[in-house]
Amino acid sequence: MIQNYLILQALREPEALISLSLPDWDLLIRQARRANLLARICILLDERGLLERVPSKPRKHLKWSRVTSEKQIQAVHWEITQIRNALAKIGMPVILLKGAAYVMAKLPSAKGRLFSDIDIIVPKDSLNAVEAALMLHGWAATHHDAYDQRYYRTWMHELPPMQHIKRMTVIDVHHAILPETAALHPDSAKLLAAAQLLDGYDDLKVFAPIDMVLHSAVHLFYNDQLDQGLRDLVDIDSLLRHFNSLPAFWPSLAVRARELELSRPLFYALRYAVHFLKTPIPLDMIIAAQIGRPNSLTLMLIDQLFERALMPAHKSCSDWLTGAARQILYVRATWLRMPSLLLVRHLFHKAFISPKVE
Amino acid sequence: MNVSALTPSELKRRLRKTGIFLQTGSFTTYLKTSISCVVEGIGLLYADYPLVEQDGFADFHITLVRPRNLRRWFKPQALFLFDGNTIFKPLPLDQAFPMLEWGLNWCVSNHVNHCLVIHAAVVEKNGYAVIMPAPPGSGKSTLCAALINRGWRLLSDELALVRVGDGKLIPLPRPVSLKNESIEIIRHYEPKAIFSRKVADTIKGTVAHMKAPSDSLVRATEVVQVAWIIFPKYQAGAKACLEVLPQSRAFMRVADNSFNYSLLGLSGFKTMTNLIDASLCYDFKYSKLDDAIEMFGALKPKV
Repeated sequence: MIQNYLILQALREPEALISLSLPDWDLLIRQARRANLLARICILLDERGLLERVPSKPRKHLKWSRVTSEKQIQAVHWEITQIRNALAKIGMPVILLKGAAYVMAKLPSAKGRLFSDIDIIVPKDSLNAVEAALMLHGWAATHHDAYDQRYYRTWMHELPPMQHIKRMTVIDVHHAILPETAALHPDSAKLLAAAQLLDGYDDLKVFAPIDMVLHSAVHLFYNDQLDQGLRDLVDIDSLLRHFNSLPAFWPSLAVRARELELSRPLFYALRYAVHFLKTPIPLDMIIAAQIGRPNSLTLMLIDQLFERALMPAHKSCSDWLTGAARQILYVRATWLRMPSLLLVRHLFHKAFISPKVE
Repeated sequence: MNVSALTPSELKRRLRKTGIFLQTGSFTTYLKTSISCVVEGIGLLYADYPLVEQDGFADFHITLVRPRNLRRWFKPQALFLFDGNTIFKPLPLDQAFPMLEWGLNWCVSNHVNHCLVIHAAVVEKNGYAVIMPAPPGSGKSTLCAALINRGWRLLSDELALVRVGDGKLIPLPRPVSLKNESIEIIRHYEPKAIFSRKVADTIKGTVAHMKAPSDSLVRATEVVQVAWIIFPKYQAGAKACLEVLPQSRAFMRVADNSFNYSLLGLSGFKTMTNLIDASLCYDFKYSKLDDAIEMFGALKPKV
C-alpha cells in the first residue's frame, strides 16, 4: 500500500498545497528536490493561480527551481539546433526521444522538467554515419574502456553516450528502445515508420503518441537506473492525461502494445500511474491491459519493489527495505536486458575487472 | 533567541540531538552535527546569530558526520551532507568547520536564483556598497576584513547577492574566511577581532575564520544600493591606486565571477547591465591596508 507521501499529494492534488503548514513545506521541498520535481510543482501551482498563495519561504525554492528548468528547456532548444546542423548531411530526420521530444512537441510533460541528456533514435544502418557526423561536430565518445565499448556496441540499443567537448552536453544515440540482448524485441522499424514530423520542421520527428507512451513505459520499467523513477512516472501520467483527448488513443494503445511485445511494461505503467498519481484511465483500457499482467505472486513482489524504488531517494520516503528494493530492481532490469549467462559475465566484469570510478 | 543564549553544553546537546535552525542573512539553515570542532566554531563565530526553531522551515538541511569507515580509527574524516546527500569528498576531521563554511556557500551559490550571485566580497558605508569580485589569492577577503574593522558594514565576504528586479544587494553576513599570512595580518590589524582556530593543510592552505562584526548582523536584513565595483589586487610594495575600468571589461569580469549569470538568461543580462550602469568600476592595486582604507573612505558614488 502506498503511503500518503507529501510529494504524491502535491502531484495528485496541487490545490491542497495551499493549506500546508511550514514544516510540511519544508519536507515537501526536500522530497521534490530529490525527485527533480520542484519546478514541476511550481508550474502546477502557477497554472492554477496558487503560487502566490504559497508562503514566501517555500515559494522562493519553487521559483529558484523553475529558473533552472526554464534555462534547461532553452538549452535543449539550442542543443537540438546544434544536432540538426551536425546531422543535416545525413539526409534523414532526427527522431527525438523522451524529454527532448516533449519539449519540441510542446507537450505538458515538458513543463518544469529537468534534463540530463538528449536522446535520439536512428535506423541501425545509419548509426555509423550519425556517429561520424556528431564526432565531426565536436561530440566525443565518453566510455573509452574496451569492455564498455563492446558492451554498448554489441549488446546495447545505443551508442556509448557522446559528450560535446565544448558545451559538455551529452547525447544518447539509440537504434532501438531495448537492448539487442533483451527477451522482448519491440520492432524499431515499426516505431520509426510511425514517427511524426514536428510542426514547422522537415528534419525533426517524434514518436507517435501511443509509441511515446510505450517508450516511456519501457524506459521506466526495464531500466536499471531508477533514481529518476518518480519523474519518469510523472512523464507517463502527463502523457496519458494529455493524449486522452485523441480519438481512439486508448484502444490503439493496447493494440500497439501487443504488436510491439510491450504489454507487460504498459501494464506496469498504467498500474503505477494510477497507484501513485491517480491517473484517470478508462475501465476498458484497464481491462485490456490485463493481458500484460504477471502472475499474482510475481505482481505482489513487483508491487513491493516498485512502491519503494519509485519514490524519491530521500530518507522520509524510505524504509528498511528501500535499499534492497533498488538493488533487486537493478538486477531485474539487467536480467531483462540480457540472457542470464551474459548477465553473469557482465556483472562479474563490472564487479571485478572494470576500473572503479572514484 | 541567539546562539549565545545557549550554554556550550546545551548547544552541543542540541546540535547533536535535535539540530538547530540557524538564521544567516535571509536564509535558514538546519544544522546537525556531533563533531566537536564544528560545535565549537558555531559557539564562537555564530554566537550572535538568531535561532528560528519556531518556523519549522529551513532553506538548507545540513549534517556534518564522521563517516563510519575504517579510517575513523586512525585518520578520522568529516563528511558534509546536504539533506542526506554527499556533496563533497570527505575531508580530514580537523577541517570540519571550514568545510561547513564552504558547504554553506555551496548551498547558496547552487540554489539561489532570485539574485545574480557573484563570487565577491561586499561592504557598505553611508548607504552605498562596494562589490569586490576577485579570484582567490587577490586579497579580497583580507581587504574586506580590514574594511569591516574600520567602520564599513559587512554584507558578505564570499557571495554578492544582487536582487533581480531592483538590483539591490542582499546581505549575507557570515564569518570572513582568511588564508595563510592574512590571518596574522588581520590579527595584528585588529587585535579585538575574534578568530576560529587555525586549520592547516586545507586545499586553500591554512585557514581561519573571523567573526562578523555584530553591527553587520543586526542590520542583516537591510538591503543596499551598489555604488562601486572594485577588483582588488594585493601587490607587494605597490602604491595604492584606483584605475578606472571600462564598463564593457567590468561586465565581462563580473560575469566570469558569477555563479548563475548564464542560468538567469535574459534577467541575468538585465541585472548585470543595471549593476554595471549603477556602478563606478575600478581596478585597485594595494600593498598597505591603511592606504586602502583611506582610498575607500574617499570614494564618491556616481551622481
